[in-house]
Amino acid sequence: MKDLIKKLTAVSAPSGFEDEIREVIKKEIEGYCDEIKVDALGNLIAIRHGGGAKIQLAAHMDEIGMIATDIDEKGFIRFSNVGGVSPHRLYGHRVRFTNGVVGTIGSEKIEDIKKLSLDKLFIDIGAKNREEAREKVSIGDCATYLHGFDDLGKRVVAKSMDDRVGCAVLIEAMRRTKECKNEVYCTFTVQEEVGLRGAATSAFGIDPDVGIAIDVTLTGDTPEAERMAVALGKGAAIKVKDQSLIAHPRVKQFLVDLAEKNGVQYQLEVLTAGGTDSGAIHKTRSGVPSGVISIPCRYVHCPSEMVDLDDVEEAVKLVSLVMSTDVSKALS
Amino acid sequence: MLLEELSNLNGVSGREDEVRSFIYQRVLELADEVRFDALGSLIAVKRPNAPGPVVMLSAHMDEVGLMVTGIDKSGMLRFSPVGSIDQRVLVSKPVVVGKDRIRGVIGSKPIHLQKRDEQKKPIDIESLFIDIGAGSKEDAEKAVKPGDVAAFDTKAGLFGQGCFKGKALDDRVGCAVLLRLLEMDFDFPLYFAFTVQEEIGARGARTAAYHIKPSVALVFEGTSAGDVPDAKEHKISTRLRKGPAITFMDRSVVVNRALFKRLREVAESEGIQYQLRQMTTGGTDAGPISLSHTGVPTGVISVPCRYIHSPVSVLDLQDFEETVRLAAAVLQSIAEKGVPTE
Repeated sequence: MKDLIKKLTAVSAPSGFEDEIREVIKKEIEGYCDEIKVDALGNLIAIRHGGGAKIQLAAHMDEIGMIATDIDEKGFIRFSNVGGVSPHRLYGHRVRFTNGVVGTIGSEKIEDIKKLSLDKLFIDIGAKNREEAREKVSIGDCATYLHGFDDLGKRVVAKSMDDRVGCAVLIEAMRRTKECKNEVYCTFTVQEEVGLRGAATSAFGIDPDVGIAIDVTLTGDTPEAERMAVALGKGAAIKVKDQSLIAHPRVKQFLVDLAEKNGVQYQLEVLTAGGTDSGAIHKTRSGVPSGVISIPCRYVHCPSEMVDLDDVEEAVKLVSLVMSTDVSKALS
Repeated sequence: MLLEELSNLNGVSGREDEVRSFIYQRVLELADEVRFDALGSLIAVKRPNAPGPVVMLSAHMDEVGLMVTGIDKSGMLRFSPVGSIDQRVLVSKPVVVGKDRIRGVIGSKPIHLQKRDEQKKPIDIESLFIDIGAGSKEDAEKAVKPGDVAAFDTKAGLFGQGCFKGKALDDRVGCAVLLRLLEMDFDFPLYFAFTVQEEIGARGARTAAYHIKPSVALVFEGTSAGDVPDAKEHKISTRLRKGPAITFMDRSVVVNRALFKRLREVAESEGIQYQLRQMTTGGTDAGPISLSHTGVPTGVISVPCRYIHSPVSVLDLQDFEETVRLAAAVLQSIAEKGVPTE
């Protein structure tokens, strides 16, 4: 599992630039599904036949990033955010463009650090002038944090755990599930970080009976953290509510019962900021009962995001149980 | 002149009737079919039954403006903005209200009566009103009703070196591009959507795209040009006289990479000077179109316009002509090579 998370977090795939991560994931799931499709926005949809209800499981492939908007005569690159990037988290960090070019974030002279804003920052790729910079980077090219994977024992840290760890959970659940009792659409979605866009179009195409997203959630277990009853190491989180959806009560209860019955460690999650793919899925067509299985994660949207492998394991068990349980019976 | 006629029409979001009627008359001769959807978008179709990909072109008919919310006892009209208007530009501007084009002026407390600190601040929209020259509340009520909309009373025309000024160039210039393209012929099903209510949340494009179900879409916009004195180089989104602006990302869409690449390649091979829209703020009809059904690769090509969302904006006619040329060349490339996939 560590290796898989390491492999997935190593790829740079900001929203709209998911080609490489899609190919990596495609290779990982080959042989563990009956059919693979890619839709017009680039969502990767792997289907497992098993009869019964249509279940959409969704983990997003994309991550937050920066997009080049201007290159000045000295070769400095100005940029805008792709998704929830804050200037304070970027300052001084190294970044990598999807074509492999590495740069570091510098800033204009700042009198008051509170006034730091994205338009005062720039990316320095070591170019001497505009011409040299343009040979490496074009306006409209995209970059992500450049941070490696570190194994801290039970816990691991890397960039883009949001949501590569969700992708890893879904991949591992596909591998472990021998017999599917539903028509399961394992969806690796695009453009979640810019507004749950891939989830919207994939759900329209799939027209599922139930939707379940697999994504990271925040925790309240660090010093002076905002109060939140989710902690690392206490199991997979079953979402009750976030800003994008109120989990369907029966889907939530189904997940709770499934965890209780099978001894999966879980915690209930109420997230007061942020949303995830189920927010788009549940509003598709005439509505889709939806829930979320979350992996607790510290420092979300920072260059280093931390998860606990025990939580990851519990999430894999729960997702696998969803695949192998006749959901139409359980929800009727 | 087409652009002049379009700019002089009034079509505040939700009240696009004048623009729609004008376009309808124009497209009758050119299109094989004309449809209207329930929200009011006009959809002109050429070769609906031809083989090949369904291509959607889109431009919005509506413009920002004001809506009358009440009439006070002296006969002055209170109003709210429709769409995002720079409040600071409203004072003392002539407007026309309602279908009958009642003339009015946006009034405020005169400088002689202002307190010193009031003079230092921009005037709050709440304290502005429209003066239609009515003698009383009763007189005003005969001419205007709450819910009527007001548009800027601006006469469009040529000026300077190949420049054009007028109101609502965002997005009548896009409508003009579509009308020009309607005169040409391509051998695939081509849908021209003149959409409503873009300025208040790209609403018409959502329903139009759902109806059309395109394989690929191109949105034509009048986008903000930032080439004004004292603007910082890296904050200039587009510039006049540098050709059509191609979008790579805005608030509503990350443009499909293959389509973005095709747009640039076509411009380069045709020798069309183009620029990239160096800003990711602002949303367009591309957002909802790209998310309709199972997703649609959607690009945006814009004519740079200075001072948009104000009573008068400015564009360069050569930029407009080059935008038409680029659009035609892109459609030709779709006819020859199909929808871009990589």
